[in-house]
Amino acid sequence: MRKPRWFAVVTLLGALSLVAAGCASDEGGGGGGGGGGEVDCNTVEFGCVTYASGEPIRVGTLLAISGDVATLGDDSLNGVKLAVDYLDGKFDATPGQLVGHDVQIDSQDDLCAKEGGQSGGTKLASDPTIAWVIGTSCSSSAFGVADKILGDKGIVLISPSNTAAGLTDPATHNPFYLRTAQNDAIQAKVVADFVFTELGFKTAATIHDESPYAAGLTSGFKTFFEQLGGTVSVEEAIQSTDPDFKPLLTSIAQTKPELIYAPDFNPACALMAKQMLDIAGLKGVKFMGSDGCAASTFFDQAGSAADGTYMSFPLPSPGGSESGLVGDYNKAYKDQFGAPTAAFNTNAFDAFNIMAEAVKKVAIEGDDGSLTIPRAALKDAVFQTKDYQGLTGTLTCISTGDCQSQAAVNIGVFLLPDLPIEGGNPDAKPIFSEQLTLTEALGT
Amino acid sequence: MATEAQGAAVGRLARFPVRRAVQWVLGIGILVGAAYAAYRTLSLGLFSAAAWRDLVVFGVAQGAIYALIALGYTMVYGILRMINFAHGEVFMWGAFVSYFVARTLQNSGFMQSSPYVAIVILLVAAIAGSIGVAVLLERVAYRPLRNAPRLVPLITAIGASLFLQNTARGFFGPQTRGYPVPDVLGGTWTILGVPILRTQAIVIVVALVVMIALTLFVSRTKTGKSIRAVAEDKDIASLMGIDVDRVVVTTFVIGGMLAGVAAVLFVMVFQVVGPFMGFVLGIKAFTAAVLGGIGSIAGAALGGLILGLLESVAPSLFLTGLHIPGPNQLKDVIAFAILVLVLIFRPGGLLGTGEAEKV
Repeated sequence: MRKPRWFAVVTLLGALSLVAAGCASDEGGGGGGGGGGEVDCNTVEFGCVTYASGEPIRVGTLLAISGDVATLGDDSLNGVKLAVDYLDGKFDATPGQLVGHDVQIDSQDDLCAKEGGQSGGTKLASDPTIAWVIGTSCSSSAFGVADKILGDKGIVLISPSNTAAGLTDPATHNPFYLRTAQNDAIQAKVVADFVFTELGFKTAATIHDESPYAAGLTSGFKTFFEQLGGTVSVEEAIQSTDPDFKPLLTSIAQTKPELIYAPDFNPACALMAKQMLDIAGLKGVKFMGSDGCAASTFFDQAGSAADGTYMSFPLPSPGGSESGLVGDYNKAYKDQFGAPTAAFNTNAFDAFNIMAEAVKKVAIEGDDGSLTIPRAALKDAVFQTKDYQGLTGTLTCISTGDCQSQAAVNIGVFLLPDLPIEGGNPDAKPIFSEQLTLTEALGT
Repeated sequence: MATEAQGAAVGRLARFPVRRAVQWVLGIGILVGAAYAAYRTLSLGLFSAAAWRDLVVFGVAQGAIYALIALGYTMVYGILRMINFAHGEVFMWGAFVSYFVARTLQNSGFMQSSPYVAIVILLVAAIAGSIGVAVLLERVAYRPLRNAPRLVPLITAIGASLFLQNTARGFFGPQTRGYPVPDVLGGTWTILGVPILRTQAIVIVVALVVMIALTLFVSRTKTGKSIRAVAEDKDIASLMGIDVDRVVVTTFVIGGMLAGVAAVLFVMVFQVVGPFMGFVLGIKAFTAAVLGGIGSIAGAALGGLILGLLESVAPSLFLTGLHIPGPNQLKDVIAFAILVLVLIFRPGGLLGTGEAEKV
């Protein structure tokens, strides 16, 4: 196995060129700092991100754009695209500019799993030209994974659809993490109120799929439902990849619930809703899901079994629609992408915009047309967002990263097929809705 | 004299079945534990008799699907001593081909006007799709490597599996889609006083018929005889004038056919198709084949049945009484733990030759 000598030379050259390339890209990104007036990028914590004149501002997205939950991530990505479109103040399908620079989206996949948060987060964190990241779609990808990886580099991660309560719990909150989606504590409370008060049910079963999102909702639901005087007959769990839930549903039927609350993702939601009809002991038992289930795929996969199920998800707060922007936005969405496939595109739009506002506050424009954004200052600025008029309401960011309407969050419950997403009815109205603030929901 | 006695002692010691003793203690311990857990569950009285009956029926129906796919693994293994990991994808492609036919039939209204003809058409489409992929797979990925070391086709099989999976993903999109089925499949039939879902009854009957037909084919026909001859010894069989290539292709055709039937049965029960549906199901079916004894047709059927029953009944039976939260989530743990146990006692599987074979 003697290799000729030139082989060694070629290998060496290859290795050297890799090293050189590595150094070069470092210079291209992190270097050029110190261009700012008051900020010394070489000493300030987490440094700065700098764009030369004419270079686009690069924004990462870490959303679920493949697999069964692609309907969720694609929908949020559309919201981000519309936000870029709206930078110039109008929806005209041509991107606008932010402080004199174009905006370029680097779209990564969060796979709706820890693995995606890890790989996508690492990829974005290692790119020094990424100004901030919009994501993740699924709480599993963010919680302890992407929020930490990006936070360690001083990159803000702002999610349009993470709802797990733990993400903004003071004990586990990463200082660079924010979200415009509602904290699940509110949704769990509203679902419990709806089931107990509106439907008058006293017994319910819950099924989660081990994701922080579903586990957070079901455990929150159990707490609030039992506070009201109801009983959770059984707390079950599934593997989201499993197609066969009949044995599970049969064993749940033995506990005689009046409703099954399964805030998971499709196809599990759809398959459970469908297979429930085949279980003798579950005649007349209702199925209820939350925003993870409420996607266009639910209608396709559940077929006629979708009718008569309940879905909860956040509604735009009444205050948010004052600006008249909501109508323009909805029209632009429909024109450019068709009917929404999930419920979080408005949250994604707002997430991008509060970041853009923060950039306007802290970015330093050089005389040569360059742009310097100090990372720590950007984070501080976005956390100071107060009374921002967004599509989902008047947003204020609090120190644990919840950027929502602090006045009250409006959660609606829909009786299918009346659901305002593709496959349902675009003009559907909720059969129940309740406004709560986070502190009200937590009862503190 | 002394050395002779010493030698005998050493021999006795060497023969002392420590391994077997450990096995027996382990086995008895597990059986006692399982019996205790089952007793606890039953004494709680949470489950009605009807519920247990339903769980058994669900398990048998799921097991029948596993068995049909497992037969494909087992037959290819019997002939080529190779594990065709892409078999789950053969199943998935059959399901997808019939999905597009089903959509067309649904849109034209044919599915509702003559549902039984439609089911036959879907079956033919799925079988054609699966056979096509299986034969192509054999020709492109496996035949050139027929005489390569045994690890090579194994790796190729995994590669082929990923290729087929991601091709489907590229063509049809990553999401799971709803599969339209005729309304006549909804509802239940009452058989011997027991209400059974129509789809499940069909699955069990079709799987039974197909397996009986396969057994007759292999044992009674000339082609079946040549398949057995090649399984016994490829080289001698070819010396006896058997066209080995043809027999191998026939085996893949049969495997594809069974996968196609399984695909239609699966979509009738679950009414969804997706590019990754074959992967987990393929692993389960492979497990069933190993459990029953890979290479044995009856073993694949038995293994599928046992795996289906375990997944359906075992979590409720063994875990509810012990108050373990979320028992049904652990169904795979139980099923695979039992696989390991069976292999400790019978390395060749339940109906296998009793001899472990290196892959």
